[in-house]
Amino acid sequence: MAAGERDVSEVVLKDTRVTASEAASRSAVLKRLRLTDTIFHGLTRTAALTVLALLSGVIIALVIGAAPALGTFGFSFFFDESWNPVTEKFGALAPIYGTLVTSAIAMLIAVPVGLMIAFFLTELCPKVLRRPIGIAIELLAGIPSIIYGIWGLFVFAPFVQQYFQPFMIDTFANVPILSTLFAGPPYGIGMFTAGLILAIMVLPFVTSISRDVFDAVPPVLKEAAYGVGCTTWEVFRYVVLPFTRVGVIGGFMLGLGRALGETMAVTFVIGNAHHVSASLFAPGTTISASIANEFTEAVGDLYTSSLIALGLILFFITFCVLAMARYMLMRLQKQAG
Amino acid sequence: MTDSSTNSSGVASANSPLYAGRRRRNAIAKGLALAATLFGLGWLVLILGILIYKGIGGLSLSVFTEMTPPPGAAGGLLNAIAGSLIITILAVAIGTPIGILAGTYLAEYGRHDKLSTVVRFINDILLSAPSIVIGLFIYEIMVAPMGHFSGWAGAVALAVIVIPVVVRTTEDMLTLVPDTLREAAASIGLPRAHMIVRIAYRAAQAGIVTGILLAVARISGETAPLLFTALNNQFWSMNMNAPMPSLPVVIFQFALSPYEEWQKLAWTGALLITVTVLALSILARSLTSPRKSS
Repeated sequence: MAAGERDVSEVVLKDTRVTASEAASRSAVLKRLRLTDTIFHGLTRTAALTVLALLSGVIIALVIGAAPALGTFGFSFFFDESWNPVTEKFGALAPIYGTLVTSAIAMLIAVPVGLMIAFFLTELCPKVLRRPIGIAIELLAGIPSIIYGIWGLFVFAPFVQQYFQPFMIDTFANVPILSTLFAGPPYGIGMFTAGLILAIMVLPFVTSISRDVFDAVPPVLKEAAYGVGCTTWEVFRYVVLPFTRVGVIGGFMLGLGRALGETMAVTFVIGNAHHVSASLFAPGTTISASIANEFTEAVGDLYTSSLIALGLILFFITFCVLAMARYMLMRLQKQAG
Repeated sequence: MTDSSTNSSGVASANSPLYAGRRRRNAIAKGLALAATLFGLGWLVLILGILIYKGIGGLSLSVFTEMTPPPGAAGGLLNAIAGSLIITILAVAIGTPIGILAGTYLAEYGRHDKLSTVVRFINDILLSAPSIVIGLFIYEIMVAPMGHFSGWAGAVALAVIVIPVVVRTTEDMLTLVPDTLREAAASIGLPRAHMIVRIAYRAAQAGIVTGILLAVARISGETAPLLFTALNNQFWSMNMNAPMPSLPVVIFQFALSPYEEWQKLAWTGALLITVTVLALSILARSLTSPRKSS
């Protein structure tokens, strides 16, 4: 040890003495560090690529699974209402229609209500209550969708059937368009009830994103508007809303993506009928509800493949909606920072 | 004195229809905002209230000690609870490392490179992708080739849901770590990987744990992806290669059944899941709240 003692001036400062064996072990340590660094970098990169692989995997798996059905029915699959496992004739029109209608009902209710809640939280609410109320609304998003389903089926649907639907049917019986929308026997379950439950589920998404973007409005803008004598509502309507438009729309799209793909809550209350009916009170089906209800019972490759084709359509629609939402929110972020 | 006061009231009265209208609109809007908030909170109270009312009656020790019963008999949810626990734990065990590593890449190595932009975008889409589609995907790649439903397939399906949640929170939390910490570590010669593991992870610990908790909360109520991956099982089964029961799927099956005992168990199960999920998400929030308020 003592014999090997010498200066290693390249590695150490002048007043430090390091033995050769120490120098050797130091370079070994450095080598090991560099190796683990490379490995770790590689691992994180692989993990990031895994995320990409997942999405492409989903698309490829769905396309392969859907190929037999799309090959058999061709383009008419999208416009055919029939859904008959016995004759093996399948069309996606009814589920697509149901998905769009229930989501539209959900957004029609959730958007104004969500915006007003966000308005309340950002402009009116006392500071102390702001956080608790915000969290309470967000808890609505935390409740699992199956809970909404069981609650909707046993509590909400009977209520709608007994009170709401007869009232609407009677009230609008003689109004031209509305009488078609609100027609038929009050089943309780159906597209309208599903849409309402979806609205409650989407509400927290719309609220929390709107609140976040409202909070990001520079106070100077609001103060200037207050300074010229605007009321709270006018400040919100003519300053905050226009300023945050892109973010708010992004939030809606995110909520819409949620509503389109929601499965369990809808499956409980939609009624699973492959019909396209003008009445909102009629039972219908959505893409996700059809898959959830029928997939495990589907016999025959064509039946299974048709259900996967439905999944592919759903994925395509939500992908477009979500991509648009993210694009808008990303643009907003770039604007802000 | 009197002159000026009449004058000012004269101006006010000339403007008053407009002014009163604006005030009225303001009051109406405020009222609507309050009503909307009460409406939103009302649903929460209503849902939780009914859940407790319907679920608490069936809550007894036998729920945790007995198997799911055949139709028309009394029983518990033991096998479903155990199945859910196992599937959830495995899903987190598979999904979390991948999620944390991918989030690390986005925040540390490739904060501004092209790959990260794409991965971030794709991850955000996966985050809100319909979970039933994830179920179909796992069915296609695992259940169909293996020829049978299995607990593994269920765990992998849930892992696919865990990954984007963890990626997102890990990235967000690592981005919050001040760069001066990284620079300090680099200045004493710490390689990047060691800086990340020893310094950045430690600083972002609470946030990353929050992300995992949120992911657990998210998957413990998921039903759709389990329907045709793990399927269900009426009996006690610890075999990951066989169909496995889970609480959400059992609730789904029992709630839609015509048997009263089953429906009652479904409500009890629903209460259990909701309490678990809400407790997890409140716990997750409380972990990060000090940072948020500062």
